[in-house]
Amino acid sequence: MTDANTVRAHADPIITVTNLVKQFGRFAALRGVNASFDAGRFYAILGDNGAGKTTMLRVLAGLVRPTRGEVSILGDSKPRKACREFGYMAHPSLLYDEMSGMENLRYFGQLYGIADDARCSASITAVGLDPALDRQVGQYSQGMRQRMSLARALLHDPKILLLDEPFSNVDIHSAREMVKLLTGMRDGGKTILVVTHQASLLDGAADEFVWMQTGQIINRTPDRTFMETA
Amino acid sequence: MSAPSGITLVTLTKDVRLEWRSKDALNSMLFFALLVVVVFSFSFDPNAEESRVIAGGLVWVAFLFAAVVALNQTWARELRNQVLDAYRVSPAPTNALFLAKAIGNFLFVVVLEAVMTPLFIVFYKLRALGPAWQLFPVAILGTWAIVVNGTFFAAMSLRTRSREIMLPLLLFPITIPALLSMVEATTTILVGDPSTSAKFWIILLATYDVVFTTGCLALFETVLHAE
Amino acid sequence: MKKAFPILGLLTAVLLSYALYQALVVAPQEQTMGDVQRIFYYHVPSAWTAFLLFAINFLASVLYLVRRNPQTDKIASWVVIVLAVLTCIGGYAFRSALPKDVYPSSVATTGIAIAGLYFLLRKYFSEQGTDILALTTAEVGVVFCTVVLVTGPLWARPVWGIWWTWDIRLTSTLVLWLIYVSYLVLRRFSTSGETPVLAAALAVFGALDVPLVYFSIWFFRTQHPQPVIGGGGSIDPRMLHVLLINWLAFLCFAFLVCWSRYRLERMQRDVEETQALEALLEPGGHVR
Repeated sequence: MTDANTVRAHADPIITVTNLVKQFGRFAALRGVNASFDAGRFYAILGDNGAGKTTMLRVLAGLVRPTRGEVSILGDSKPRKACREFGYMAHPSLLYDEMSGMENLRYFGQLYGIADDARCSASITAVGLDPALDRQVGQYSQGMRQRMSLARALLHDPKILLLDEPFSNVDIHSAREMVKLLTGMRDGGKTILVVTHQASLLDGAADEFVWMQTGQIINRTPDRTFMETA
Repeated sequence: MSAPSGITLVTLTKDVRLEWRSKDALNSMLFFALLVVVVFSFSFDPNAEESRVIAGGLVWVAFLFAAVVALNQTWARELRNQVLDAYRVSPAPTNALFLAKAIGNFLFVVVLEAVMTPLFIVFYKLRALGPAWQLFPVAILGTWAIVVNGTFFAAMSLRTRSREIMLPLLLFPITIPALLSMVEATTTILVGDPSTSAKFWIILLATYDVVFTTGCLALFETVLHAE
Repeated sequence: MKKAFPILGLLTAVLLSYALYQALVVAPQEQTMGDVQRIFYYHVPSAWTAFLLFAINFLASVLYLVRRNPQTDKIASWVVIVLAVLTCIGGYAFRSALPKDVYPSSVATTGIAIAGLYFLLRKYFSEQGTDILALTTAEVGVVFCTVVLVTGPLWARPVWGIWWTWDIRLTSTLVLWLIYVSYLVLRRFSTSGETPVLAAALAVFGALDVPLVYFSIWFFRTQHPQPVIGGGGSIDPRMLHVLLINWLAFLCFAFLVCWSRYRLERMQRDVEETQALEALLEPGGHVR
């Protein structure tokens, strides 16, 4: 078990959470999480179902209001203020099934003030899909859909990526392509947080593995050697 | 174009395009509208002399029920893939989204009304004895009154169980003064009694619209983000 | 605080009995309607109490919404002060436009009282307390509203031969009842973690609706004259006296019920909070 402090090297924290608590009635999803995540690093967040991984990511994205505690993204204490700086992706595609990939990106681009078709095309190409494809997203395979969702999250060139189960039900080829893409983005200076059950995919890609259990971070390791506690 | 009006327009265009593409909702709603008129015509004998007096109420109740069915579909597409999350994490102002949805609903309900009105006129042999041009502000203001609150409560009912019943349950009590105004105004115009005027009702409808549009715009962001 | 409750309970019981005696025995018999009219002493105070409770619900809801954000809180406080001042000035400046029985001083007093109540609530109720107050006043208000809606037709039937009429007060009460029942249904059916926010938004909408409801029915009645339940015109001073005693008794009773309900809800939420805090310490994350 490696001391979390030595793993962090000398990068600056870009996301900080302090005493984060989230309760849904009597269920405590997050029980006092303290962590900081540094710029330009690739984090894999792992743990059993109900560990609080998705909740934490949604709090970081500003979708869920914490019961107690503070979140700071790029110095802003309100995630919604920093919304241009992060891209969010979840297991549902967050896309309109009835539109093509390009139409979807064109629309979501407008929400970020992007009126440029070229940027949409570039984003789609970057995830390995064809911008000219006229098929509706609802007819895509899961792998294609998740890749298009990633394209949407990347469209406004955010500094931070918050990805919740991006490889879920995705074919192995697409998943590996996505990991390669994400590694490239990390090398380009983006900060990446990925919640996943498929830790093996991120072997050699993630800089740090963050282990969560019952609403707390129980360990942070540089590789996958630390498994769940007994 | 990240100005709010730009986003409203873009969202509205997208919704219209998607609606046009599938035409599912549109076709079934049009047929539903026709059915409503026919059922009402059977229930309230249109040959009676009083038909002119009750027609105002009948027409608006029919519009209201058709509108509720349309309003329940407001967020259906956004719910399917949690698209609302994508909107919430973006910097786009939520009011732009609200206006786009409200205007979209307005256009949709106006189309329904345009289909139902000629049918009512035919079945009830309606003729406006008063100033018929006044029916236009009544229709526009009245429809907006139903739609603006309907869109807002549709968003509110996203956060409840029994979503489809919660929308009318929340909407109807609040809409009563508007409904009364619409019905009375329409009846006054149809009956055409020279001692009465629909002007007060039209002003009341306009006031209602201003008050509740402001209220919806002020509180929509709070309601959308109340997860 | 705990000692005050039984004392207040006893006082309320005495007051209610006295008020009942006054209404049934002491009050003079009405000329045209006879003893049936005595239901008036039940009907009208219930209405006033319900309206007062709903007004408190509105203030509590607004307070809850504005206090989520320190900026809006400050702005709201200033708006309340400005509105109170404007009401005072307006009452005197437009005294000629006021209805016959309404004096500028009462308008001014009402404005100041509402503002005062707002700041009192703001001072003595926490964020959660405000929400519980809103819930409590809505529930008890609906009960009193139901009393109005039941006693109205009970009175109307023997006197005018009809169960219902689009009497302005009765109809406004009906709409208010509908709005607040939908409020309670929303509270029950909400799956959101922020139910108080949704409920507060609905309460604000309801409050915005009230004047519109009143005016729409008022104008409707000028177009379609209907019998007036509750008697228009002036009221015999002895009857007014009995009416006010009954109102005082009802207010005490309402206060007592609200207080119990508030305490109950507060205790329930405290229990939930304790259980949730225990869950934080429990390794399993759930309370067994």
